[in-house]
Amino acid sequence: MTTIATQDKIRVQNLNLFYGENQALYDIDLSMQAGSITAFIGPSGCGKSTLLRTLNRMNDLIASVKITGEVLVDNQNIYAPDTDVVSLRKRVGMVFQRPNPFPMSIYDNIAYGPRIHGIKRKRDLDEIVEKSLKQAALWEEVKDRLNKSAMGLSGGQQQRLCIARLLAVDPDVLLMDEPTSALDPISTLKVEELTQELKSRYSIIIVTHNMQQAARISDTTAFFLNGVMVEHGETDKLFTNPGDQRTEDYITGRFG
Amino acid sequence: MDSRKGFHHALEELQHGILKMGVLVEEAIYHAVKSLAKQDLQIAEQVIANDKRINDKMIEIESACLKLLALQQPMASDLRVIGTAMKIVTDLERIGDHAVDIAKTTRRLEGQKLIKELVDTPRMADMIKTMLHDALNSYVKRDVELAMTLATKDDEVDALYKQIFSELQELMEQNGSTVKQATMLLMVCQSLERIGDHATNIGEWVIYMVSGDRTDLNI
Repeated sequence: MTTIATQDKIRVQNLNLFYGENQALYDIDLSMQAGSITAFIGPSGCGKSTLLRTLNRMNDLIASVKITGEVLVDNQNIYAPDTDVVSLRKRVGMVFQRPNPFPMSIYDNIAYGPRIHGIKRKRDLDEIVEKSLKQAALWEEVKDRLNKSAMGLSGGQQQRLCIARLLAVDPDVLLMDEPTSALDPISTLKVEELTQELKSRYSIIIVTHNMQQAARISDTTAFFLNGVMVEHGETDKLFTNPGDQRTEDYITGRFG
Repeated sequence: MDSRKGFHHALEELQHGILKMGVLVEEAIYHAVKSLAKQDLQIAEQVIANDKRINDKMIEIESACLKLLALQQPMASDLRVIGTAMKIVTDLERIGDHAVDIAKTTRRLEGQKLIKELVDTPRMADMIKTMLHDALNSYVKRDVELAMTLATKDDEVDALYKQIFSELQELMEQNGSTVKQATMLLMVCQSLERIGDHATNIGEWVIYMVSGDRTDLNI
């Protein structure tokens, strides 16, 4: 009888990443489960955003990047030569620091992805738009102005629109790169609340400079320093009694 | 380099505050037991009056803790220092209340001849004082080993408590007229025994503050 191992949604194995001559990530081993939120924290330049971008091959866009090791999504190495990157990025979507709505209507922003993936019928698109906006907790605020430009929304609404746009293509994993750093406190809380509602259906990985945010919303937290993952553990443990002195020094501000 | 100097200075202040409160509480126990053994009402009244200073100190430290929690969002060991401070001041305040109870017994016994010379009770009080002193020292020095020794010391106090308890029971059985005073003396010993438990609690919180582990020293 074979034992069934716990299925990791994403597993990073012995990952090293170089920008030209400079190594940015060292021997990263990390597992993330479905239905949970993982936060990456660490000082600027520690490699947390770089690692996030390896998870849907956003680093492919930078010519000098060289990667060794593996990133498995649902047990498939996404760096295998036969990987369909477009399909990968549909399954593993990304939200950025600054909201980046397309200069088109709210409706078209959401319908953009599904249209590209071949959905043409208006009734189907209407359904996807409504469902996605509801999931992103934006529907009530925009349902009467779906044909107005998305550029007229507030920053917080734009960010939730970007999340809705991701959800419209039915991903499994949401990567969030400091998704609230450009938002005011109330909009920040709305996005944080949204992550809690979404996490049962999606794996969420969030890079944040705000340690309190990581503490508030994540299930596990990974701390990075100089390209090394120092510690990855349960968020409540890591913030009350971290296992590594370097984590302790960083989260208590005793860090030079 | 410390990028939160002001905050960490505030945490040090918190510890100084606890130490000051600890000194007040140590004095309260010492004087309460002295007032009883020497039947000195003046000292007893002083202990009762001084309890307000202990309570005020508790409120001052608690408020400082809550303020730091709200304004500084402490993490890891900083968080444990604050959580520990809030728990320790409660134990110290309770110890102060027990000292007041003992002082009130002195008041009730005013003018009465003691049914026996108090030998073991002051001895128990000395043990308690050492325990509290060790607890506070372990706090200041973050000395887990010293905190651990409180478990053994508390066992010794408990044993002495049982001994005094049966002696007083015997006295009451032999001579019914001693019952009123003996029960009061029993309550004094019980107060001392409880103080030992609070000192042990402080030791447990010191261990938590330093290591993040919860231990039970009072078993």
